[in-house]
Amino acid sequence: MIHVENLTRYYDDFCAVNGIHLDIQKGEILGLLGPNGAGKTTTLRMLTGYLQPTAGQIRVQDLAIGPDTLEIKKRIGYLPESAPLYHDMIVYDYLNYVADIRELKNAQKLSRIHELAQLCGLSSVMHKTIGELSKGFKQRVGLAHALMNDPEILVLDEPTSGLDPNQIVEIREIIRKIGREKTIILSTHILSEAEATCDRIAIIHQGKIVADGSTLSIKQAAGRERSIYITLEGADFDAVRPQLETLAGAVGIEKLAPSGAGLLDIKISVSSDADIRRDIYRIIRQADWQLLEFRQESQTLEHIFRELTLEN
Amino acid sequence: MSPVIHIFKREFSAYMVSPVAYIVISVFLIITGWFFFTPFFLQNQASLRNFFSLLPLVFSFVVPAITMRLLSEEFSVGSYETLLTLPVTFTDVVLGKFLAATGFTAVMLAPTLLYPLTVAVLGSLDWGPVLGGYIGALLLGAAFSAIGLLASSLTRNQIVAFIVGTGICFSLCLIDKMLFFLPRSLLGFFEYLGADFHFQNIAKGILDTRDILYFISVGFFGLYGANLAMQEKC
Repeated sequence: MIHVENLTRYYDDFCAVNGIHLDIQKGEILGLLGPNGAGKTTTLRMLTGYLQPTAGQIRVQDLAIGPDTLEIKKRIGYLPESAPLYHDMIVYDYLNYVADIRELKNAQKLSRIHELAQLCGLSSVMHKTIGELSKGFKQRVGLAHALMNDPEILVLDEPTSGLDPNQIVEIREIIRKIGREKTIILSTHILSEAEATCDRIAIIHQGKIVADGSTLSIKQAAGRERSIYITLEGADFDAVRPQLETLAGAVGIEKLAPSGAGLLDIKISVSSDADIRRDIYRIIRQADWQLLEFRQESQTLEHIFRELTLEN
Repeated sequence: MSPVIHIFKREFSAYMVSPVAYIVISVFLIITGWFFFTPFFLQNQASLRNFFSLLPLVFSFVVPAITMRLLSEEFSVGSYETLLTLPVTFTDVVLGKFLAATGFTAVMLAPTLLYPLTVAVLGSLDWGPVLGGYIGALLLGAAFSAIGLLASSLTRNQIVAFIVGTGICFSLCLIDKMLFFLPRSLLGFFEYLGADFHFQNIAKGILDTRDILYFISVGFFGLYGANLAMQEKC
């Protein structure tokens, strides 16, 4: 559906995006992750035809950015970061204006605006000026703006930045609802959000893609260790340690700060192929310690993200 | 071409709901009213020459004040990005905004139609120069709007846009009054550049294609420049 090849963008001497390749399938929700200044917004701005690429190609279906930019703009709905809209306009007037520019017919217009007001939860603020809305509502107006002509492709730049936890959940729900039929590209630096909403993740660092794939495949590629956390009562670390060290898969055993009085918290690092949970449980049962907590965690996305983006 | 109409409508109604617009209109009417009627009864002539002779100078302050926000505000708020990712071209944006500013200038000019009506009651008014004057005023307003739009496209700061716009418009008004500094060979050229010179020709009631062409070329220059400045931003 979208094919990006060798996309590069310079701001004067500064290279913001450096030779990105991306293929986005129809119906996919792609999350662009990266630290601030990694080139996410620049990439999205080029995808939506706002910025000219310095080099490289973007194809949307059978159209290319450059000669067919106008046609591509008609197929893409875009919500820029922090939804910069006309502050002096009333929400309804603004949506009406967008509908006009998007060439909606008069008969459709009213029902479409009504529909979007329902979907984005705007019904109660239709008569207010955009400038007096809270950030969450502004973001929703921006979302309604992006969805106006029911576009096949939706591009969202940090759709949840600066929102409170309730609003984040609401916006995510809207995105997931829309995402069933549409191709969505969203950028974020909140990792849990990417994990929760996206089918696929691309991590950008210094203008290059350093990882690309589903959350699972990125985690597997990063591979290495999983960790097992256990909390015991009535046990002594010096007694526990030698027992656990006998296990083949346990690479490292570490005492953590106790989570309560008389408790012992241990982190066991495990090499990825071995499953030693049964063995650990057997040891604990034989020793007559009280087991209060037992969980396994694979490499978190945070961890992978930091490793990929912290170099130099 | 239909985006032009929608952008025009939005910009024009943005003018009509903003208090700044009414302040500008009031200031314009107070200044022109005062300078027109003060000498009017002393001269004892039923003509609007005073009003029209002053108009280019007043316009060179007032029109850039109208146009300063057109693009600068969009740049600073960031709504420029939302606007340009809608299916519109640079030309659509420039034309829509230009038409809105010109339309607003016409609205601002409308109450001054009371002046010729008043004068016509007091004495016998020659309507030819008045008609010419208003046609000229619209052309002048359009040309200055284009210059103001160009100034607004250069910066995200509205004050800077206003000062740059005023500077250009003011120079265009005064250039034909500075001719005595110049060698004879350049006289014709610089006289042709003067907005006041062309405007006064039309205000005499003479509609010459050279004068009309002048305003059209200034307008085109401004709009084309604004278009280039916007393309430079992406």
